[in-house]
Amino acid sequence: METLYAITVGTLTACSVFLILRGRSFPIVIGLTMLSYAVNLFLFSTGRLAINELPLIGVGETSTDPLPQALVLTAIVIGFAMTAYSIILAVRVRGEIGSDEVNDTNYAEQEGQR
Amino acid sequence: MNLAAIVFLPFLGAILPLLLAGRSRVQVTVATALVAAVSLTFLVMASPAVFAGETAYFFAEWLPQLGLHIGFRLDGLALLFAGLILIIGILVIIYAHYYLSTEDSAPRFFSCLLLFMGSMLGIVTADNLILMWFFWELTSISSFLLIGYWFHQSNARRGARMALAITGAGGLALLAGLLLIGNIVGSYQLDAVFAAADTIRGHELYLPALILVLIGAFTKSAQFPFQFWLPHAMAAPTPVSAYLHSATMVKAGIFLMARLLPVLGGTTEWFTIVTLTGLATMLFGAYFALLKTDLKGLLAFSTVSHLGLITMLLGLGSTGAVIAALFHILNHATFKAGLFMIAGIIDHETGCRDMRKLSGLRKAMPFTMVLAVITAASMAGIPFFNGFLSKEMFFAEAYQQDLFGGLSWFVPVLATLGAMLSVAYSVRFVHDVFFQEPTHDLPKQPHEPPFMMRVPVIIFATLCLAIGIAPMLIASDLLTPAVAAVTQSVPVLDIAIWHGFNMPLLMSALALIGGLVIYIGRSELLTFSRQFDPHDAKEVFATIVSATTRFCDELMQRIENGSLQRYIALLLVLTLVLVIPELTAIRGLTGGRPQLPVDAISLIGAIVLMLAALATAMLHRQRLTSLMMLSVVGLVVSLVFIHFSAPDLAMTQLVVEAVSIILMILALFFMPQRIPRASSGRRVARDVLLAGTIGGIVGTLNYALLTRPLNSISDFFLANAVSGGGGSNVVNVILVDFRGFDTLGEITVLAIAAAGIHKLLNNLRPFMPSSDVDGRPWHRIKHPLMVQTVAQAILPLALMVSFYIFLRGHNLPGGGFIAGLVTAAAMILQYIANGVDWVKSRFDYNYQTLTSVGVMIALFTGVGSWLFDHNFLTSAFTHVHWPLIGEFELATAILFDLGVYLTVIGATLMILANFGQMTTRHRPRQEGY
Repeated sequence: METLYAITVGTLTACSVFLILRGRSFPIVIGLTMLSYAVNLFLFSTGRLAINELPLIGVGETSTDPLPQALVLTAIVIGFAMTAYSIILAVRVRGEIGSDEVNDTNYAEQEGQR
Repeated sequence: MNLAAIVFLPFLGAILPLLLAGRSRVQVTVATALVAAVSLTFLVMASPAVFAGETAYFFAEWLPQLGLHIGFRLDGLALLFAGLILIIGILVIIYAHYYLSTEDSAPRFFSCLLLFMGSMLGIVTADNLILMWFFWELTSISSFLLIGYWFHQSNARRGARMALAITGAGGLALLAGLLLIGNIVGSYQLDAVFAAADTIRGHELYLPALILVLIGAFTKSAQFPFQFWLPHAMAAPTPVSAYLHSATMVKAGIFLMARLLPVLGGTTEWFTIVTLTGLATMLFGAYFALLKTDLKGLLAFSTVSHLGLITMLLGLGSTGAVIAALFHILNHATFKAGLFMIAGIIDHETGCRDMRKLSGLRKAMPFTMVLAVITAASMAGIPFFNGFLSKEMFFAEAYQQDLFGGLSWFVPVLATLGAMLSVAYSVRFVHDVFFQEPTHDLPKQPHEPPFMMRVPVIIFATLCLAIGIAPMLIASDLLTPAVAAVTQSVPVLDIAIWHGFNMPLLMSALALIGGLVIYIGRSELLTFSRQFDPHDAKEVFATIVSATTRFCDELMQRIENGSLQRYIALLLVLTLVLVIPELTAIRGLTGGRPQLPVDAISLIGAIVLMLAALATAMLHRQRLTSLMMLSVVGLVVSLVFIHFSAPDLAMTQLVVEAVSIILMILALFFMPQRIPRASSGRRVARDVLLAGTIGGIVGTLNYALLTRPLNSISDFFLANAVSGGGGSNVVNVILVDFRGFDTLGEITVLAIAAAGIHKLLNNLRPFMPSSDVDGRPWHRIKHPLMVQTVAQAILPLALMVSFYIFLRGHNLPGGGFIAGLVTAAAMILQYIANGVDWVKSRFDYNYQTLTSVGVMIALFTGVGSWLFDHNFLTSAFTHVHWPLIGEFELATAILFDLGVYLTVIGATLMILANFGQMTTRHRPRQEGY
């Protein structure tokens, strides 16, 4: 199970890094969002994987580590704020300069490859 | 205390000229001279003890952890230099009063001069190496200001820049050297350093330390090959040249060598480096002094030459050589300052400094001529002038040394050659300017300067003669303690004009005759030297500087080419470079923790998750599809949380996912509809490789982490959640109680992000297409009835659920974050289903206020603990028995959670509702709401 989990997190990271390396703002925001999922999964797993060990007192015999959960919970909300901020920044940039390319326009003319 | 006053008075006094800026120049000059005079008085008051062979100290702690103290010492060496600095300083101030023209700002000049004076005094009296370095750098800065005093002239600016670059770089080398010494000794106090002299000389870091310190000294004292900045510093006003570039600042390097001679000297390395550098500098400077046509240029190179002579003497290091070195410092300061002032007078009264144009001034300026003859004779080393005595001692030392074995004879020979050149340029200075046929095409009609302008020169000339005739009477009291401070033993001084017929006398005679011969044959020499390419140091320096700048520019263009993609790729590569070596060092990736078996559901979930992620990445050009795939990823992630015992996370993730996707669909509306061009194959290959490597490493790390045993601090939270926090949902108790301060920070960040978005949307004019990419108009029914009906029915249910989740959060999965998100999602649904107008007409609430209120409630809940003498955010709880409902728990934490709840609702709606209004008449147009 640990192997599977790690592979999944790795795949998520790889896909989001690929998206972040694109030249347009929208895929980058999608990539950032997915990267925050990957990071959350990673952080969450620092408490190790446990099935049916809810972090509630008096429910089960044992309990999983609640601390990473608390941290990741706020991280999810902050991640949302970050996603929102970056997407709206992208909209604003598109409104201001009429393009969604993230590179310097001079550079774009030189290279012409996105 | 007096010692500190000597140094700090000029610094304080530097304000005085600026305060008197509106007054007459006489007042400014008098005030400046008074500052120096008071400082000199303190010095004189402290001097009797030094003459008696004692050392005066001042000590105050500054940064004891760094070994840095404000410590001053006044021994013979410090006294000699401090005396020179202050006395020559006062004379230069008087001279400058007449020299500066009415357009020049005298307050600025005198203020900089006093700054320089204080820094210089700091160097010579500092008892702490770092403090000495501090003042050393201050002299570089103040000399920069003084050389660049006429900043409207480009050569002044360039000269100042060059001087600062060279001496500044040398200063850094010096700092490194001093730090090495301090590291070896364990203290920066001079006495401790002196005591540890043998340790330092025996240490393996001795040579690096020596070389670094010498670089500092050589750059400051314009020794070969760093001599080139000094002639260009002559763009400074002449008083500055006389003061800084002959008498004081360039002697700082000499002082440093003398100061550290007991510590660093006495080794073969010291002899070889210092002696040879001094010798080379002496010859180099003397030769170029002869070729210069500019009066100040001649003096500048002559200064380089004489500094080389002193350096060479210090390199020899014997007691006799130290006496000769210090004596020559004194003598050089007197005749060279005088000569510079004469050059300044000539420049001032004729408007010309070119020796090819100047001639026959003896009729117009007879008095000045006499002074020039005296000081130049001293520079040439003619008997009965002080220069003769020290040069004679120099010859004796050069003759007596046998440092280079069978080749030792070349030192006295080259020394004599240097002296010949010195005689030649001295004769040239006087003969070219004052004798020969008078010229008439000078910019000004030459005449004698004002009497007071001559006074400083008269004093210098008198000193030249007086010391030259009665050296023991005048100089021995000053020199004896100074030599004692360097050699650390009491010397016997015997300076006399006549030692009988001996080798030094022969060398002097040879130098005089040879010098005259060289002068007579100078035209041959000039013709000879003309065939060489004139390497202007300034141009070489400028070439180096511009080459460096160009190189940096190109580097910047290469690195910073405007491609953000490139930047992020480079950052990622750097990450790999840093992480990969660490990972290869891990032995055995799999840890000892027992692993869970894979079940079918998990396997299917993982496959779906990975496929969705891959699809998101691969279909990124079809944006809506890509977004849908992302939502699949987000939903499966929430399932992952459920599966691995994290119900709170699953709920949060679920709602956040929904809200994010709605937001991004909204944003998609404003994005270009055209499908972007595909990236080039090379770029895709590069990115896939990079992303794959990063993903692989993250996965590896995660695996290594997951298979290792857990050692967590959470046992504390589990044990104390009920007793200390009053709740059985440990995650929530951590959020609102144990780590409440973190949560407070996080909701603040959320509120700030929302405010930032609000600001970004203000006055935004987005592109709003009226049709899709194929030209089809949007559907005319904006709000389908079915959605409207369902949404309206859901709202009360959702509110009830969120209230329930909120209340139970402390004990069961739930809490402020989740409840807030559920409420916000329900509200967003109303906007989507019914439109902004519909919502506004029923619920026109200001979300900014809601957010602020939420943060405030959370904050004041925390502050409330102070009223009960508890720490910030300490929670209290009690159990109340309510009729019908039963036992119910009341905790202050729930108040805090209410703050979280409101903030989350406010921030989420601030983001989404404001953004959604972009297409309507409610879109934000100006400040406020």
